[in-house]
Amino acid sequence: MFAIQTQLFEAKDVRFGPIDHETHPDIESRWTHDDEFMRQMELKPVRPLSPAMVKKQYEAIEKEMEEQRDLFYFTIRTREEDRFIGMASIEYVDWTNGNGFLTLGIGEPAFRRKGYGTQALNMLLRYAFGELNLFRVTAVVPAYNEGALRLFHKFGFVEEVRRRKALHRDGQFWDIIGLGLLNAEWQEQDRA
Amino acid sequence: MKDLYRGTLVRLSAADPEELGKTVPAWSRDTEFVRLFGTGPARLHSSRAGVEFYKKEMGQENPTHYWFSIRALDDNRLLGETDLEIENIAAGEAFIGIGIYKRDDWGKGYGSDAMRIALRYAFTELNLRRVSLTVFEYNPRAIRSYEKCGFQIEGRRRAALLKDGKRWDMIYMGILFDEWKELNNEK
Repeated sequence: MFAIQTQLFEAKDVRFGPIDHETHPDIESRWTHDDEFMRQMELKPVRPLSPAMVKKQYEAIEKEMEEQRDLFYFTIRTREEDRFIGMASIEYVDWTNGNGFLTLGIGEPAFRRKGYGTQALNMLLRYAFGELNLFRVTAVVPAYNEGALRLFHKFGFVEEVRRRKALHRDGQFWDIIGLGLLNAEWQEQDRA
Repeated sequence: MKDLYRGTLVRLSAADPEELGKTVPAWSRDTEFVRLFGTGPARLHSSRAGVEFYKKEMGQENPTHYWFSIRALDDNRLLGETDLEIENIAAGEAFIGIGIYKRDDWGKGYGSDAMRIALRYAFTELNLRRVSLTVFEYNPRAIRSYEKCGFQIEGRRRAALLKDGKRWDMIYMGILFDEWKELNNEK
Protein backbone atom coordinates (compact mmCIF):
# COMPACT_ATOMS: atom_id res chain seq x y z
CA MET A 1 0.00 0.00 0.00
CA PHE A 2 1.00 3.53 -0.59
CA ALA A 3 1.49 5.66 2.48
CA ILE A 4 -1.12 8.39 2.72
CA GLN A 5 1.70 10.93 2.53
CA THR A 6 2.89 9.59 -0.84
CA GLN A 7 2.14 12.21 -3.49
CA LEU A 8 -0.59 11.18 -5.92
CA PHE A 9 0.65 13.29 -8.82
CA GLU A 10 4.42 12.78 -8.57
CA ALA A 11 6.42 9.84 -9.88
CA LYS A 12 10.18 9.42 -10.27
CA ASP A 13 10.58 11.19 -13.62
CA VAL A 14 7.09 12.38 -14.50
CA ARG A 15 4.17 14.13 -12.87
CA PHE A 16 0.50 14.67 -13.58
CA GLY A 17 -0.64 18.20 -14.25
CA PRO A 18 -3.69 20.03 -15.55
CA ILE A 19 -4.18 21.31 -19.09
CA ASP A 20 -2.29 24.43 -20.08
CA HIS A 21 -4.60 26.16 -22.55
CA GLU A 22 -1.85 28.47 -23.79
CA THR A 23 1.00 26.13 -24.65
CA HIS A 24 -0.49 22.64 -25.05
CA PRO A 25 -2.67 23.08 -28.17
CA ASP A 26 0.33 23.62 -30.47
CA ILE A 27 2.15 20.61 -29.04
CA GLU A 28 -0.82 18.27 -29.16
CA SER A 29 -1.74 19.45 -32.67
CA ARG A 30 1.70 18.25 -33.74
CA TRP A 31 1.09 14.82 -32.13
CA THR A 32 -2.20 14.43 -34.01
CA HIS A 33 -0.24 14.61 -37.26
CA ASP A 34 1.66 11.47 -36.19
CA ASP A 35 -0.63 8.82 -37.66
CA GLU A 36 1.29 5.93 -36.14
CA PHE A 37 0.81 7.35 -32.64
CA MET A 38 -2.80 8.24 -33.28
CA ARG A 39 -3.65 4.77 -34.55
CA GLN A 40 -2.35 3.32 -31.31
CA MET A 41 -4.50 5.71 -29.31
CA GLU A 42 -7.67 5.96 -31.37
CA LEU A 43 -10.03 3.28 -32.62
CA LYS A 44 -12.01 5.73 -34.74
CA PRO A 45 -10.55 7.14 -37.97
CA VAL A 46 -7.65 9.39 -37.12
CA ARG A 47 -7.40 12.95 -38.39
CA PRO A 48 -4.93 15.77 -37.88
CA LEU A 49 -6.21 18.56 -35.65
CA SER A 50 -5.32 22.23 -35.74
CA PRO A 51 -4.30 23.94 -32.49
CA ALA A 52 -7.74 25.63 -32.48
CA MET A 53 -9.47 22.25 -32.67
CA VAL A 54 -7.32 20.90 -29.84
CA LYS A 55 -8.21 23.99 -27.81
CA LYS A 56 -11.89 23.21 -28.32
CA GLN A 57 -11.32 19.62 -27.18
CA TYR A 58 -9.65 20.88 -24.02
CA GLU A 59 -12.64 23.07 -23.30
CA ALA A 60 -14.97 20.10 -23.83
CA ILE A 61 -12.82 17.98 -21.50
CA GLU A 62 -12.92 20.55 -18.71
CA LYS A 63 -16.67 21.05 -19.18
CA GLU A 64 -17.22 17.32 -18.86
CA MET A 65 -14.98 17.11 -15.77
CA GLU A 66 -16.97 19.92 -14.18
CA GLU A 67 -20.51 19.01 -15.20
CA GLN A 68 -20.63 15.24 -15.67
CA ARG A 69 -18.03 14.34 -13.06
CA ASP A 70 -17.28 11.15 -14.95
CA LEU A 71 -13.91 12.18 -16.38
CA PHE A 72 -10.51 12.67 -14.75
CA TYR A 73 -7.94 13.99 -17.17
CA PHE A 74 -4.24 14.56 -16.60
CA THR A 75 -1.37 15.81 -18.67
CA ILE A 76 1.91 13.97 -18.22
CA ARG A 77 4.95 16.19 -17.78
CA THR A 78 8.61 15.55 -17.14
CA ARG A 79 9.73 16.57 -13.69
CA GLU A 80 13.07 17.77 -14.95
CA GLU A 81 11.97 20.40 -17.49
CA ASP A 82 8.21 20.40 -16.85
CA ARG A 83 7.78 19.39 -20.47
CA PHE A 84 4.36 18.23 -21.74
CA ILE A 85 4.90 14.71 -23.13
CA GLY A 86 1.56 12.90 -22.94
CA MET A 87 -1.84 12.45 -21.35
CA ALA A 88 -3.69 10.00 -19.13
CA SER A 89 -7.32 9.77 -18.12
CA ILE A 90 -10.02 7.81 -16.37
CA GLU A 91 -13.21 8.23 -18.39
CA TYR A 92 -16.83 7.08 -18.44
CA VAL A 93 -16.69 6.62 -14.67
CA ASP A 94 -19.77 4.69 -13.59
CA TRP A 95 -20.13 5.48 -9.90
CA THR A 96 -23.03 3.12 -9.31
CA ASN A 97 -21.02 0.06 -10.30
CA GLY A 98 -17.51 1.37 -9.62
CA ASN A 99 -16.12 1.18 -13.14
CA GLY A 100 -13.84 3.39 -15.21
CA PHE A 101 -11.95 3.26 -18.51
CA LEU A 102 -8.28 4.20 -18.73
CA THR A 103 -6.46 5.99 -21.50
CA LEU A 104 -2.74 6.70 -21.61
CA GLY A 105 -0.40 8.02 -24.29
CA ILE A 106 3.10 9.42 -24.62
CA GLY A 107 2.77 11.76 -27.59
CA GLU A 108 6.29 13.15 -27.68
CA PRO A 109 8.35 10.67 -29.75
CA ALA A 110 11.65 11.19 -27.91
CA PHE A 111 10.01 10.17 -24.64
CA ARG A 112 8.51 6.85 -25.75
CA ARG A 113 9.84 3.48 -24.56
CA LYS A 114 11.66 5.03 -21.64
CA GLY A 115 9.43 3.80 -18.84
CA TYR A 116 7.46 7.04 -18.51
CA GLY A 117 4.25 5.26 -19.51
CA THR A 118 4.85 2.74 -16.74
CA GLN A 119 5.28 5.49 -14.17
CA ALA A 120 2.15 7.26 -15.45
CA LEU A 121 0.06 4.08 -15.35
CA ASN A 122 1.24 3.41 -11.82
CA MET A 123 -0.04 6.84 -10.77
CA LEU A 124 -3.24 6.44 -12.75
CA LEU A 125 -4.08 3.12 -11.06
CA ARG A 126 -3.37 4.47 -7.63
CA TYR A 127 -5.66 7.40 -8.40
CA ALA A 128 -8.43 5.11 -9.72
CA PHE A 129 -8.25 2.64 -6.84
CA GLY A 130 -6.84 4.66 -3.95
CA GLU A 131 -8.54 8.01 -4.54
CA LEU A 132 -11.70 7.36 -6.61
CA ASN A 133 -12.19 3.97 -4.92
CA LEU A 134 -13.26 2.30 -8.17
CA PHE A 135 -13.98 -1.41 -8.00
CA ARG A 136 -12.40 -2.13 -11.38
CA VAL A 137 -10.89 -0.45 -14.44
CA THR A 138 -10.92 -1.33 -18.13
CA ALA A 139 -8.50 -0.56 -20.96
CA VAL A 140 -9.54 -1.01 -24.59
CA VAL A 141 -6.65 -1.68 -26.98
CA PRO A 142 -6.37 -2.65 -30.66
CA ALA A 143 -4.74 -6.08 -31.04
CA TYR A 144 -1.80 -4.59 -32.98
CA ASN A 145 -0.78 -2.31 -30.12
CA GLU A 146 1.68 -4.75 -28.58
CA GLY A 147 3.36 -2.12 -26.45
CA ALA A 148 0.12 -1.25 -24.68
CA LEU A 149 -0.83 -4.91 -24.23
CA ARG A 150 2.58 -5.61 -22.65
CA LEU A 151 2.27 -2.61 -20.36
CA PHE A 152 -1.21 -3.50 -19.12
CA HIS A 153 -0.30 -7.17 -18.65
CA LYS A 154 2.71 -6.07 -16.61
CA PHE A 155 0.30 -4.39 -14.21
CA GLY A 156 -1.80 -7.55 -13.89
CA PHE A 157 -4.58 -6.70 -16.35
CA VAL A 158 -6.43 -9.73 -17.70
CA GLU A 159 -7.76 -10.02 -21.24
CA GLU A 160 -11.54 -10.11 -20.78
CA VAL A 161 -13.15 -9.26 -24.10
CA ARG A 162 -12.12 -9.69 -27.72
CA ARG A 163 -14.39 -7.96 -30.22
CA ARG A 164 -13.49 -9.98 -33.30
CA LYS A 165 -12.42 -8.06 -36.40
CA ALA A 166 -13.86 -4.84 -35.02
CA LEU A 167 -11.11 -2.74 -36.64
CA HIS A 168 -10.31 -2.44 -40.33
CA ARG A 169 -7.03 -0.71 -41.10
CA ASP A 170 -4.74 -0.95 -44.12
CA GLY A 171 -6.89 -3.72 -45.54
CA GLN A 172 -6.52 -5.87 -42.46
CA PHE A 173 -9.00 -6.79 -39.76
CA TRP A 174 -8.01 -6.59 -36.13
CA ASP A 175 -9.64 -7.55 -32.86
CA ILE A 176 -10.31 -4.94 -30.21
CA ILE A 177 -9.19 -6.23 -26.84
CA GLY A 178 -10.73 -5.25 -23.51
CA LEU A 179 -8.45 -5.67 -20.51
CA GLY A 180 -9.61 -5.48 -16.91
CA LEU A 181 -8.04 -5.09 -13.50
CA LEU A 182 -9.94 -5.28 -10.22
CA ASN A 183 -9.07 -3.10 -7.26
CA ALA A 184 -8.64 -6.29 -5.18
CA GLU A 185 -6.14 -7.71 -7.70
CA TRP A 186 -4.20 -4.46 -7.71
CA GLN A 187 -3.97 -4.45 -3.91
CA GLU A 188 -2.98 -8.11 -3.90
CA GLN A 189 0.05 -7.59 -6.20
CA ASP A 190 1.06 -4.64 -4.11
CA ARG A 191 1.45 -6.88 -1.09
CA ALA A 192 3.26 -9.62 -3.04
CA MET B 1 -38.35 -7.24 -52.36
CA LYS B 2 -39.61 -8.02 -48.91
CA ASP B 3 -40.52 -5.47 -46.28
CA LEU B 4 -37.29 -4.65 -44.50
CA TYR B 5 -39.10 -3.68 -41.29
CA ARG B 6 -41.39 -6.68 -41.01
CA GLY B 7 -40.78 -9.95 -39.17
CA THR B 8 -43.13 -12.80 -38.30
CA LEU B 9 -44.49 -11.37 -35.03
CA VAL B 10 -43.40 -7.74 -34.98
CA ARG B 11 -42.44 -4.84 -37.15
CA LEU B 12 -40.09 -1.91 -36.59
CA SER B 13 -41.57 1.56 -36.85
CA ALA B 14 -40.35 5.10 -36.37
CA ALA B 15 -40.08 6.02 -32.72
CA ASP B 16 -42.52 8.74 -31.66
CA PRO B 17 -41.15 10.76 -28.71
CA GLU B 18 -44.66 11.83 -27.63
CA GLU B 19 -45.98 8.29 -27.50
CA LEU B 20 -42.87 6.97 -25.76
CA GLY B 21 -42.81 9.82 -23.26
CA LYS B 22 -46.38 9.07 -22.26
CA THR B 23 -45.94 5.32 -21.85
CA VAL B 24 -42.37 4.28 -21.10
CA PRO B 25 -41.83 6.27 -17.86
CA ALA B 26 -44.88 4.53 -16.37
CA TRP B 27 -43.67 1.10 -17.46
CA SER B 28 -40.25 1.89 -15.98
CA ARG B 29 -41.82 1.50 -12.54
CA ASP B 30 -41.02 -2.16 -13.14
CA THR B 31 -37.49 -2.10 -11.82
CA GLU B 32 -36.77 -5.61 -13.06
CA PHE B 33 -37.20 -4.25 -16.60
CA VAL B 34 -34.96 -1.28 -15.79
CA ARG B 35 -32.24 -3.57 -14.44
CA LEU B 36 -32.37 -5.83 -17.46
CA PHE B 37 -32.25 -2.88 -19.83
CA GLY B 38 -29.49 -0.63 -18.46
CA THR B 39 -26.68 -0.30 -15.96
CA GLY B 40 -27.62 3.02 -14.40
CA PRO B 41 -29.60 3.31 -11.18
CA ALA B 42 -33.36 2.83 -11.53
CA ARG B 43 -35.14 6.19 -11.46
CA LEU B 44 -38.64 7.54 -11.89
CA HIS B 45 -39.32 10.09 -14.60
CA SER B 46 -42.29 12.31 -15.31
CA SER B 47 -43.86 11.90 -18.70
CA ARG B 48 -42.70 15.43 -19.56
CA ALA B 49 -39.11 14.43 -18.82
CA GLY B 50 -39.73 11.28 -20.87
CA VAL B 51 -40.90 13.27 -23.89
CA GLU B 52 -37.91 15.59 -23.57
CA PHE B 53 -35.52 12.64 -23.28
CA TYR B 54 -36.89 10.88 -26.33
CA LYS B 55 -37.04 14.11 -28.35
CA LYS B 56 -33.40 14.71 -27.60
CA GLU B 57 -32.39 11.14 -28.37
CA MET B 58 -34.43 10.47 -31.47
CA GLY B 59 -36.10 13.74 -32.41
CA GLN B 60 -33.85 14.34 -35.37
CA GLU B 61 -32.04 12.24 -37.92
CA ASN B 62 -28.64 11.13 -36.76
CA PRO B 63 -26.44 9.35 -39.32
CA THR B 64 -24.79 7.24 -36.62
CA HIS B 65 -27.79 6.40 -34.46
CA TYR B 66 -30.92 4.56 -35.61
CA TRP B 67 -33.93 4.21 -33.30
CA PHE B 68 -37.00 2.06 -33.83
CA SER B 69 -40.11 1.18 -31.94
CA ILE B 70 -41.09 -2.48 -31.91
CA ARG B 71 -44.82 -3.06 -32.59
CA ALA B 72 -46.94 -6.20 -32.65
CA LEU B 73 -48.07 -7.24 -36.13
CA ASP B 74 -51.48 -8.42 -34.87
CA ASP B 75 -52.74 -5.31 -33.05
CA ASN B 76 -49.99 -2.75 -33.69
CA ARG B 77 -49.41 -2.19 -29.96
CA LEU B 78 -46.11 -0.76 -28.76
CA LEU B 79 -43.92 -3.58 -27.42
CA GLY B 80 -40.45 -2.13 -27.06
CA GLU B 81 -37.55 -0.36 -28.68
CA THR B 82 -34.30 -1.12 -30.44
CA ASP B 83 -31.44 1.13 -31.49
CA LEU B 84 -28.31 0.73 -33.54
CA GLU B 85 -25.51 3.09 -32.61
CA ILE B 86 -22.63 3.09 -35.05
CA GLU B 87 -19.45 2.92 -33.02
CA ASN B 88 -16.98 3.21 -35.84
CA ILE B 89 -18.16 4.12 -39.29
CA ALA B 90 -14.86 3.15 -40.99
CA ALA B 91 -14.83 -0.30 -39.41
CA GLY B 92 -18.58 -0.83 -39.86
CA GLU B 93 -19.35 -1.68 -36.26
CA ALA B 94 -22.51 -0.80 -34.36
CA PHE B 95 -23.76 -1.57 -30.86
CA ILE B 96 -27.36 -2.66 -30.63
CA GLY B 97 -29.76 -2.20 -27.73
CA ILE B 98 -33.14 -3.86 -27.46
CA GLY B 99 -35.88 -3.99 -24.86
CA ILE B 100 -39.43 -5.32 -24.52
CA TYR B 101 -41.10 -3.00 -22.00
CA LYS B 102 -43.82 -5.04 -20.29
CA ARG B 103 -43.37 -8.35 -18.54
CA ASP B 104 -46.59 -9.70 -20.09
CA ASP B 105 -44.78 -9.46 -23.43
CA TRP B 106 -41.61 -11.20 -22.30
CA GLY B 107 -40.76 -14.74 -23.38
CA LYS B 108 -43.02 -14.64 -26.44
CA GLY B 109 -40.34 -14.33 -29.10
CA TYR B 110 -40.96 -10.62 -29.79
CA GLY B 111 -37.41 -9.62 -28.88
CA SER B 112 -35.79 -12.33 -31.02
CA ASP B 113 -38.00 -11.43 -33.97
CA ALA B 114 -37.17 -7.72 -33.58
CA MET B 115 -33.47 -8.56 -33.29
CA ARG B 116 -33.59 -10.50 -36.56
CA ILE B 117 -35.18 -7.52 -38.32
CA ALA B 118 -32.67 -5.11 -36.81
CA LEU B 119 -29.74 -7.32 -37.87
CA ARG B 120 -31.10 -7.52 -41.40
CA TYR B 121 -31.33 -3.72 -41.41
CA ALA B 122 -27.77 -3.43 -40.03
CA PHE B 123 -26.24 -5.80 -42.57
CA THR B 124 -28.28 -5.13 -45.71
CA GLU B 125 -29.18 -1.45 -45.40
CA LEU B 126 -26.42 0.08 -43.27
CA ASN B 127 -23.94 -2.45 -44.75
CA LEU B 128 -22.21 -2.88 -41.40
CA ARG B 129 -19.53 -5.51 -40.88
CA ARG B 130 -20.34 -6.47 -37.35
CA VAL B 131 -22.89 -5.83 -34.63
CA SER B 132 -21.98 -5.87 -30.94
CA LEU B 133 -23.94 -5.79 -27.75
CA THR B 134 -23.52 -5.99 -24.01
CA VAL B 135 -25.81 -8.03 -21.80
CA PHE B 136 -25.79 -8.69 -18.08
CA GLU B 137 -24.97 -12.02 -16.49
CA TYR B 138 -28.29 -11.98 -14.61
CA ASN B 139 -30.24 -11.90 -17.88
CA PRO B 140 -29.91 -15.47 -19.25
CA ARG B 141 -33.14 -15.15 -21.23
CA ALA B 142 -31.62 -12.35 -23.33
CA ILE B 143 -28.35 -14.24 -23.78
CA ARG B 144 -30.27 -17.26 -25.13
CA SER B 145 -32.24 -15.04 -27.47
CA TYR B 146 -29.09 -13.39 -28.84
CA GLU B 147 -27.42 -16.77 -29.33
CA LYS B 148 -30.48 -17.91 -31.24
CA CYS B 149 -30.03 -14.89 -33.53
CA GLY B 150 -26.38 -15.87 -34.17
CA PHE B 151 -24.45 -13.78 -31.65
CA GLN B 152 -21.39 -15.32 -30.02
CA ILE B 153 -20.03 -14.49 -26.59
CA GLU B 154 -16.77 -12.59 -27.06
CA GLY B 155 -15.85 -12.08 -23.44
CA ARG B 156 -16.97 -10.80 -20.09
CA ARG B 157 -16.00 -7.75 -18.11
CA ARG B 158 -15.63 -9.37 -14.74
CA ALA B 159 -17.75 -8.13 -11.85
CA ALA B 160 -18.61 -4.92 -13.70
CA LEU B 161 -22.12 -4.67 -12.23
CA LEU B 162 -23.24 -4.28 -8.64
CA LYS B 163 -26.89 -4.93 -7.86
CA ASP B 164 -28.25 -5.62 -4.38
CA GLY B 165 -24.74 -6.18 -3.08
CA LYS B 166 -23.82 -8.84 -5.61
CA ARG B 167 -21.31 -8.53 -8.42
CA TRP B 168 -22.19 -9.69 -11.92
CA ASP B 169 -20.28 -9.84 -15.20
CA MET B 170 -21.02 -7.65 -18.20
CA ILE B 171 -21.07 -9.99 -21.18
CA TYR B 172 -19.97 -8.92 -24.67
CA MET B 173 -21.48 -10.57 -27.71
CA GLY B 174 -20.91 -10.03 -31.42
CA ILE B 175 -21.94 -11.23 -34.84
CA LEU B 176 -20.01 -10.68 -38.08
CA PHE B 177 -21.64 -10.08 -41.44
CA ASP B 178 -20.23 -13.35 -42.84
CA GLU B 179 -21.71 -15.30 -39.94
CA TRP B 180 -25.08 -13.62 -40.38
CA LYS B 181 -25.02 -14.35 -44.12
CA GLU B 182 -24.21 -17.99 -43.47
CA LEU B 183 -27.17 -18.29 -41.09
CA ASN B 184 -29.58 -16.54 -43.45
CA ASN B 185 -28.52 -17.69 -46.90
CA GLU B 186 -31.28 -20.23 -47.33
CA LYS B 187 -33.93 -17.57 -46.94
